[in-house]
Amino acid sequence: MRHQLLALLARQPAYGYQLKQGLEQTFGAAYPQPNIGQIYVTLSRLEKSGLIRGTEVTQEGKPDKKVYEITEKGTEELAGWFEAPTEGPRVRDEFFMKLILAEDTDLADRLTLINNQRRHCINMMRGLNKLAATERGNRTSLLLIEGAVLHLQADLDWLERCQEELI
Amino acid sequence: MTGSEPTPPPLLAADDLVRSHLSGSTLIPAVRGVSLRIDRGEFVAVTGPSGAGKTTLLHLLGGLLRPDEGELRLDGRRVDRLREAAWARLRRRRYGIVFQSGNLLSDFSVADNIELTAVLAGMSTRTARERRQELLADLGLAHKATAGPGELSGGERQRVALARALVNRPELLLADEPTGNLDSRSTRDVLALLSRYHEQGTTIVLVTHDARAASTADRVVSLFDGRIADDARVEEPPAAWRSATGIRDVIDFGG
Repeated sequence: MRHQLLALLARQPAYGYQLKQGLEQTFGAAYPQPNIGQIYVTLSRLEKSGLIRGTEVTQEGKPDKKVYEITEKGTEELAGWFEAPTEGPRVRDEFFMKLILAEDTDLADRLTLINNQRRHCINMMRGLNKLAATERGNRTSLLLIEGAVLHLQADLDWLERCQEELI
Repeated sequence: MTGSEPTPPPLLAADDLVRSHLSGSTLIPAVRGVSLRIDRGEFVAVTGPSGAGKTTLLHLLGGLLRPDEGELRLDGRRVDRLREAAWARLRRRRYGIVFQSGNLLSDFSVADNIELTAVLAGMSTRTARERRQELLADLGLAHKATAGPGELSGGERQRVALARALVNRPELLLADEPTGNLDSRSTRDVLALLSRYHEQGTTIVLVTHDARAASTADRVVSLFDGRIADDARVEEPPAAWRSATGIRDVIDFGG
């Protein structure tokens, strides 16, 4: 959740509760939402690592609350996250977060994200082709590779849909 | 300038090509300003959603459509204003083209469809037969030589169309979705054949939706809404991919 919160803070400083609302508004019901406790725990870790800075704000008749803003170090961390191709079996989840959160951060644009992810998928596909060539004759192995090929094809088709809808 | 060789012009150079289609009384832009250089020996895949202009671009590159605007050069020479007869000669001598439809001659056998193309281009009947036999064997269709196009499945027709496009050993192969109707195994045969021709020097432009086909190329051009959205080299996979552990990047084994 670190990068989601950093991305929201890259748009503007916010309180913990505003970040929870921000995530809910950005992703809607389809994406599992963190509870407020997880958000405060993550914020305090981010602050300890120097990626965000919290300032106490006094409120009349209520306990003080903290407003958080992203630091230069945090901005660098976030830019690196946007730039890196998204690895792993949960490609779609994390990539989708980047795609949605990139807006208004000035750190990444959506077309570049889609292009980089497409390149990444095609390079992986190239790897699978090579692997299939070395595994010729091993049916089990070829079936597994074919499964991976179909997953990648689905990711690429979905990237096209993202491009059609968002660009 | 001290003896440095002038850079040869690219095999194909498109500059700002524009082409619209008439639909009823409205002009629908299909290609909206595409500039593309294809060097001799390159294998380029053109991908993109349907309606992105892929087929129109391929037809422009093969002279089957004329651009409304822009220029096309073959070996540095303007060809976008050539007459149809000149284009037909050019295609016969230098191009191999595979259409999505396959469009084979329905009154001729598979063997004749392929050999006729070669003989019309000046090949001896004997060489044409040898080449035809070789190509059909490579594509797993040796047993279909005497069949008529009507007796073939969609995937078989596509492979025959590919054999016909390759029989003259063209310098430049333009192929529109040649793996579109194929099962996994036939796709593999077709991609292996394309790779072999590419290694022997054939320049290939492949329009495809199939990521496996696209990743066989060494460059992928992504079209979107009639324009180029991305143009990237396909990278060789990192060493880790040579072992099966690389699959973990795509499939979650849950372990």
